[in-house]
Amino acid sequence: MRQYFQRKLGIYVLTFFVAVTVDWMIPRFMPGDPVQTMLARASLRPEASQAMQAYYTGVFGLDVPIWRQYLNFWGALLRGDLGVSIWLFPQPVTSVILRAIPYTIALLVPAILLSWWAGNKFGAYAARRRWLDNTVLPVGYVLTATPYMWLGILLAWALATVAGVFPIAGGYSFDVEPSWSVAFLADLAWHWFLPFASLFLVGFGGWAIGMRNLIIYELEADYSHYLESLGAPRRLVRHYAYRNALLPQLTGLALQLGVLVAGALVTEIVFSYPGLGYLILQAINNQDFFLIQGAFLFIILGVLLANFLVDIVYVIVDPRTRVGMRGAA
Amino acid sequence: MNVTDSDELATATPAAAAATPVTLAAKVRPGREALYFARRNRKLVLGLGVVLVFLAVAAAGPLVNPHGPNEYVGPPSQRPSAAFWFGTTMFGQDVFAQFAHGLRATFLVGLLGGGLAALVGMLVGFTAGWRGGTVDEVLNMLTNVVLVIPTLAVLLVIATYLRVRGVVPEAIFIGLFSWPWVARAIRAQTFSLRTRDFVDLARLSGAGATRIVFREIAPNMSSYLFMTFILLFGTSVLTAATLDFIGLGPTDGMSLGLMMNNAVLWSALPLGMWWWFVPPGLGITLIVGSLYIMNVGLDEVFNPRLREL
Amino acid sequence: MSLRVDNLKVWYRTLRGEVRALDGVSFTIADGELVGLAGESGCGKSTLGKSLIRLDGRMRHVDGSVELDGKELPIGDSERMNGFRFKEVSIIPQYAMSAMNPTRKIGLLVAELLASRGERPAAVRDELLRRLALVGLEPEVLDRYPIELSGGMKQRMVMVISTLLNPSLLIADEVTSALDVSTQKAVAETLVELRDRNVVKSTIFITHDLSLVYQIADSIIVMYAGRLAERAPTDALVGSPRHPYTRMLLAALPEVGVRFADQRLEGIAGSPPSLLNPPAGCRFRDRCPLAVARCAEQPPFVEVAPDHYVACWKAS
Repeated sequence: MRQYFQRKLGIYVLTFFVAVTVDWMIPRFMPGDPVQTMLARASLRPEASQAMQAYYTGVFGLDVPIWRQYLNFWGALLRGDLGVSIWLFPQPVTSVILRAIPYTIALLVPAILLSWWAGNKFGAYAARRRWLDNTVLPVGYVLTATPYMWLGILLAWALATVAGVFPIAGGYSFDVEPSWSVAFLADLAWHWFLPFASLFLVGFGGWAIGMRNLIIYELEADYSHYLESLGAPRRLVRHYAYRNALLPQLTGLALQLGVLVAGALVTEIVFSYPGLGYLILQAINNQDFFLIQGAFLFIILGVLLANFLVDIVYVIVDPRTRVGMRGAA
Repeated sequence: MNVTDSDELATATPAAAAATPVTLAAKVRPGREALYFARRNRKLVLGLGVVLVFLAVAAAGPLVNPHGPNEYVGPPSQRPSAAFWFGTTMFGQDVFAQFAHGLRATFLVGLLGGGLAALVGMLVGFTAGWRGGTVDEVLNMLTNVVLVIPTLAVLLVIATYLRVRGVVPEAIFIGLFSWPWVARAIRAQTFSLRTRDFVDLARLSGAGATRIVFREIAPNMSSYLFMTFILLFGTSVLTAATLDFIGLGPTDGMSLGLMMNNAVLWSALPLGMWWWFVPPGLGITLIVGSLYIMNVGLDEVFNPRLREL
Repeated sequence: MSLRVDNLKVWYRTLRGEVRALDGVSFTIADGELVGLAGESGCGKSTLGKSLIRLDGRMRHVDGSVELDGKELPIGDSERMNGFRFKEVSIIPQYAMSAMNPTRKIGLLVAELLASRGERPAAVRDELLRRLALVGLEPEVLDRYPIELSGGMKQRMVMVISTLLNPSLLIADEVTSALDVSTQKAVAETLVELRDRNVVKSTIFITHDLSLVYQIADSIIVMYAGRLAERAPTDALVGSPRHPYTRMLLAALPEVGVRFADQRLEGIAGSPPSLLNPPAGCRFRDRCPLAVARCAEQPPFVEVAPDHYVACWKAS
């Protein structure tokens, strides 16, 4: 088992390395003097320009050899210094991002967990009844084919503009002061609901379909037939099939993390929800490259961590991995 | 009676119980049989039909409708009418013209991006599966790294720095990052097919590696490869739409994601201008959804066990 | 216990029509009898075995009846059959290697199965351990996952599970086909022992390996193309086979000590008829060296000697 985790960790570390390197390399391949081009694009006040120059020189440092620049970049990264935001000068990128992260996490984690759990349950249930199966399947495919932002748009339009039940934008109402009061938390939740629902629904569709297909496969497996031949009730056979079908769904969760994160980002944009996605949009509109690069690294880090977590859970849940590693008798 | 090792009493014959359909089927060429079932498969026919309708709109729309996507052709914020089928934007542009042009970009991205991803996936998968050893290890490492990196994140960083962006580069970038799962699946299949008899036969007759892979192994997976391409087409369309929505799409031309971006940017939501943001999203949903359903139908056509009685 | 099968017909629904896998089969099995059911691939022996316990999705009970100890066995009604499964009729399936849930410890699997059938696992535990010892498995195997067992061990474990509640009738469906010779011997001997210790009353041993079943069966049934060809006590069948098919089958077996240069192996030319639209009359007609015009009419399965039944005009 240690070998398994070592291998996985190895891949994640390597990936992080590659990502950071790509992140650092890209500006250099743009034509022209990267520093000047970028500073010129960002309309800065002169004193801001000076401070930027200082940081930039350290990281891009034209007077410094390339390998040194690279190391400087890593050094800054490990110190938590991702530069200073051009758009929100003089705030450092790291703190800007850290302010937005909680909103994104608040959207992502419940949406991922709930849609996975509910989708699986529903997909398994749908496989049991023909009429349900015939309605669930098309709906599921349509849901999973829906672009995240469009569902967000539809929900915003239907429930916010037309029905007026939910707010259309923001993390909390403009006239409310952030505090730990119940009223504020309720306001937060009220604003949180639509983006969450949007993420939930698209994910739900995908998992339901996946589980429905997998469970049909499991119900036709030899062990299912054997149990049925011995008169085991459907309840037991379905229980085994469901538990076995969850395993590839777990693997699928790890594979989908990138897509889910992207979905959360665009959903935030639709609702102007103050998370990482909305931040990125504003960074793009304001040509704030440091912010974008910083966001990129945060996303990569988050996805790698989540992947690792799923790997751990998988080893716990699938006994074959532990046994296989021990060596068969 | 003397007894030796159990030998099949079926020195007589190899036939199996339900083998009678096989003897009949042997008289029908496999291609013909697939076509027979394909025509009768509702999912396949319906899905393909929807996709073809949109293709027709993409091809013929801009010819029928004389307005350019960014032309100011009429009064702003108009609801759909006989004059403007999908109404106008906040600036008085023809939404239908934008839609039709956007569809073209969508199909282009799907084709190029999906095609490229399929190609790379096949290349990596076949090579890793066929060669094994160190080549396989290295390719595996590459596959895993690209797999874990979220596509959008990378595209985000790349596209940000590009001043001018076109549909083709966008498609290429998407294709370059969407292939890992394909490579994995093909590698696994190649591994298992590699040990089969017909491959050994080919090897004995002196066929080289490329020839064996393309003439023996790939045709056995042809149905799977086709279905994979369709899936990649769909995911490329979705990825491109997402990228365009963030504002990192092509700088010229129109796309469905860009339409939604503009709509949200210019407050179409609070103003209730549904004709601006419903069509593009609906188009994508219907095209990708139909592709997925087509895939299910194709699976039933190619895999006899799934065909319903 | 006694089993009586009367004109049983079970067909498969396929896209091209109905495959008449079992087309009018009648026989009886006495208490404590170990019957070998032999025939080539596609003759219907597995269908017969399966239809006595669980019809799968494509199978259809067309005609005929089955009686177990005088009571009707409702093979067409899966709900009612459930009362009989595992307790009165049990099966060791063809796919014993993959018959156990790969993600469940074997002991837990058995306990859950017993509980779901209304038995208390704790009450059966001692017997379970005794059975494990009987087949040569250690008690620790209950704490393992199926993946940790070898093929032979899995086969034996499945044998233990299937016979745990002492069924009256045990169907052993090609249990030796995937094993090496020494394990085959062990498994075959275990089946005999299960019968001798009264764990199971009667057994139907389905196989295509005449040379194996000869060693343990009390009587042998030979099937061909969905119908019975011959049924006789083992010695009678092997010593004096009456049906041409049986004769040719036995002749096709290699003999110890005979070399290829001296005598070639003879197969039976041709192949079995399509069961989608089987020909009228005796189904072996096209390959039979003794066929005459009369064979266009299906010969009845009649007793030609004590307990010796044949379906052949030439034999009766």
